[in-house]
Amino acid sequence: MVDAVKAKVSIGRASVVSNPKVPSGRAPVNPVRRRKRRRQWLPYVLLAPAIVMELLIHIIPMLIGVMMSFFKMTQLYLGNWRQAPFAHLDNYRLAMDFNQPAGKALLHSFVVTIAFTVLVLAFSWSLGLLAAVLTQRPFRGRGIVRTLLLVPFALPIFASVITWNFMAQRDTGVINHVLVNQLHLTQGNPFWLIGGNSFVTLTLVVVWRTWPFAFLMMSAGMQSISDDVYEAAVLDGAGILTQLRRVTLPLLAPVNRVLVLVLFLWTFNDFTTPYTLFGDTTPAQADLISIHIYQNSFGTWNFGTGSAMSVLLLLFLMVVTGIYLFFVNRRTDNA
Amino acid sequence: MRLNKTATAAVAALMLVPLAACSSSGATKGSDKANTGATLTYWASNQGTSLANDKQVLTPELAKFTKQTGIKVELEVVPWSDLLNRVLAATTSGKGPDVVNIGNTWSSSVQATGAFLPFDDATLNAIGGKSRFLAGSMSATGVAGQPPAAVPIYSMAYGLYYNKKQFKDAGISSPPKTWDEFLVDAKKLTTPKHWALSLEAGSKTENIHSAFTLSQQQGGSWFDASGKATFNTPANVAAIKQYIDFMQTDKIVNPSDAQYSNGTEALKDFATGTTSMVFWQAAQASLKELGMNPDDIGVAPVPVPATLAAGGKPVTSMVAGINLGIFKNTKNKDAAIAFVKFMTSTPEQQMLNKTYGSLPSVTDAYSDPAFQAPNVLVIKDVLSKSAAPLPQVPGESQFEKLVGAAMTSLFADAATGKTVTSAQIAAALAAAQQQVTD
Amino acid sequence: MHEPNWFRWTRRIGLSALVVFTLVPIYVMVSSALKPLQDVQGTFTWWPSHFTLAPFRDMWTTIPLARYFVNSLVVAAASSLASVLIALLAAYSISRYRFRGRQTFSVVVLSTQMFPGILFLLPLFVMFVNISNVTGINLYGSRLGLILTFLTFTLPFAIWMLIGYLDSIPRELDEAALVDGNGPLGALFRVVVPAAIPGIVAVAIYAFMTAWGEVLFASVMTDDTTRTLAVGLRGYATQNNVYWNQIMAASLTVSVPIVIGFLALQRFMVAGMTAGSVK
Repeated sequence: MVDAVKAKVSIGRASVVSNPKVPSGRAPVNPVRRRKRRRQWLPYVLLAPAIVMELLIHIIPMLIGVMMSFFKMTQLYLGNWRQAPFAHLDNYRLAMDFNQPAGKALLHSFVVTIAFTVLVLAFSWSLGLLAAVLTQRPFRGRGIVRTLLLVPFALPIFASVITWNFMAQRDTGVINHVLVNQLHLTQGNPFWLIGGNSFVTLTLVVVWRTWPFAFLMMSAGMQSISDDVYEAAVLDGAGILTQLRRVTLPLLAPVNRVLVLVLFLWTFNDFTTPYTLFGDTTPAQADLISIHIYQNSFGTWNFGTGSAMSVLLLLFLMVVTGIYLFFVNRRTDNA
Repeated sequence: MRLNKTATAAVAALMLVPLAACSSSGATKGSDKANTGATLTYWASNQGTSLANDKQVLTPELAKFTKQTGIKVELEVVPWSDLLNRVLAATTSGKGPDVVNIGNTWSSSVQATGAFLPFDDATLNAIGGKSRFLAGSMSATGVAGQPPAAVPIYSMAYGLYYNKKQFKDAGISSPPKTWDEFLVDAKKLTTPKHWALSLEAGSKTENIHSAFTLSQQQGGSWFDASGKATFNTPANVAAIKQYIDFMQTDKIVNPSDAQYSNGTEALKDFATGTTSMVFWQAAQASLKELGMNPDDIGVAPVPVPATLAAGGKPVTSMVAGINLGIFKNTKNKDAAIAFVKFMTSTPEQQMLNKTYGSLPSVTDAYSDPAFQAPNVLVIKDVLSKSAAPLPQVPGESQFEKLVGAAMTSLFADAATGKTVTSAQIAAALAAAQQQVTD
Repeated sequence: MHEPNWFRWTRRIGLSALVVFTLVPIYVMVSSALKPLQDVQGTFTWWPSHFTLAPFRDMWTTIPLARYFVNSLVVAAASSLASVLIALLAAYSISRYRFRGRQTFSVVVLSTQMFPGILFLLPLFVMFVNISNVTGINLYGSRLGLILTFLTFTLPFAIWMLIGYLDSIPRELDEAALVDGNGPLGALFRVVVPAAIPGIVAVAIYAFMTAWGEVLFASVMTDDTTRTLAVGLRGYATQNNVYWNQIMAASLTVSVPIVIGFLALQRFMVAGMTAGSVK
């Protein structure tokens, strides 16, 4: 690395230029002690802005959120929170009573979100792997193909989702135009933005946008696998699919570990896509948990139940991530 | 909020200041010059054909006001999709405009937050007195018995807008008066290429307005005397079923209408002749903007059942309208009151309502011949004779959101081929009711 | 290495299908941006009835697009810059020093990444309002407030990535700079930062892109003067018409710089992320 060389060169120079911090004639003990003392609080100083920010935007809001979940914060108390009555566990009871409409809706939203996340993850990962494998070896036009395939991920979410909304319009959209008018696969324009199909549309849009990221990550990971390993496998008689199974996937494991976790969290928490795709009237079949909580807090101005639901969501995500990391670390320990 | 003691004291002190200012109101001076130099922030609602159009209409009027009083007005036109949220956000944050338009149905809810300046007798007298206003419009300004939270400036009611030419071509001589006649006419007008009726079935607001009217005809109500929600009743279920049946059973409405949520599409279908009828408020001006031939525009009261159910009332519309309110923590209280006085003055009432196609909320404005045209008189008649205000209870805005959402969801089911039964409607209403917090 | 024929054909067909899947919406966006209004209000047509640039002209007046553009630009750039600076200092501290609380801080930062935005929205809203009532600093509805809320998701990711990236830069570099007479900060900015450019660029890009497209906080925390593009584009659905052609034109216009920037710089992003993930 050039920089390392640069550093080595300047060492030589340093011995010529005297260190201004060492007053001549004095024993060298003082500057070392001063430096040691400085080194003790320096990391904290460097960390300070981040700590302040974390407190301001994460820790304190979370604590306030947890607190709000124990109060009845509805539109009536918006102007004067001190009057908001203490609600004990009522907000949680309302959210978790699965026999009552509110709890049932929350559970339903949760199930929809899980199904959605699993499907998106499965499709995105598979397509990403497929594309990464297909573009692993050079061929004519590989650069262009790679660039084109990344475009969905590069587009701002609202731009791409608005376009999909336009495409999914019942009477003026291209999806129905192709399915009904050109391919005659079905009759009578189906709805893609309300009713049962809305789940399909939502999943399709998110897969479209997410798989390039998986492709990008796995491609990058594959680049660091040296050709020698593949040559050895070929010498052993491994075909392409065997190479994939025995060489590529195991060596991609570190990247995949992170990729799957990140994709899961991003997809599960997605608010922008359903909000832009469906607007204020999100159909029940596509009621993702983020939108559900949003509509139950900002929609009805009931911050108490909204906070309770957010806390429940947080607990769930912590448990899932904890379990995932536990299993993943176990496997690396064993490996 | 667990603020430390100093902060709490500071907040408390800050909150007492506007309260002190309000309680020492006394009689407002009435001298225009006292407020010269003040600047008011005004959030207007979208009454015209676009936000830009509203700005065009209002700016010269506001200039008139500035000329008269020396008070400047900063105008922002807020789309309907945002207005309620912005108002509620302003009540929480304390950072809001000085004066704001609200849908009159929100009056009780904002009244309950305590963020609006109550129009007590003194304040009402400062703007000319309570008796100037139409009684019907005044009934939708807050909980009965309490001073209004805002005063009406534009009044509207629903009518059945019908295409005179298409009616004539189908051999229908006059608009239907009962629901039976309505269905007969509608079926005549519906052909494989043409739908009789357009509904804004994806819009929460339009859905509950219709549900309210139909429920009144069935003798139902949405809140009981103590203000508690009573959504799941047979009358309400019957009302919603009747409305959804237009699409699923009678098949006089295009299933695509289930997507109409902008507050504009159904009217547009009517204006372009794609449909022959639509239930809408004060649409004359908008229809002309959309290019409809004025000779084809006909309006009649919304039909009623041929025989009313027990307790049913011959209501054909909710009392629709826009009220103008003042935020309690405004720093320019006198200027704000002067502004309200200006907006409710007879010349302004005539000018603005003529432009927007709505009805004045003050009786002396009706002398203007523009409000004597036949189509306008129909709506005026409805407003004074067969319109009822939506429940004036704090939970009203939740009723709009929850029942409205339930109805759009049911319409989506109907549009995508599922049959919506009364049992399902009852279940949806029960679920909505459970989520009402008081 | 010899490629079997079936692989070659699989590649051709597979990649072609993926490219089509990827590009159809792009084509719809571009072609609709060049259509007159009637074309986008009737049945879909693959080709415009006649080409027109009117949507690109009208889109600036139907909604205050320029204002939203500037707002988005300011907020995204500021979030990005702030994230990079704060994260750089924090990551340097964690990567280079051993001190009490180091592990705790790392864990806390990493865990905040999994938190959904909605969790913070309500409390931040309430907090901002409180702060402005007490101190008069107006956060709700201001650009500063929005920038602060965006830091909730850009900062943890930035810190996480930069820690990983700085970890991969050998300590000899620092030590050489320190011996050279630089203080730790000098070492950081003169030597480590230049070596960490790929990671820094990756973080900056990610922060900018995420802030640019953010909808949840922007929809609540802005008013008409501070609205960003992400929320403002919904204004094209007006009282009379939904101007789909202008929506597509506007989407295209606000996306092109982002896409070009991302594609040009994505190798940095990849380098940064893979360095961070191989821990």
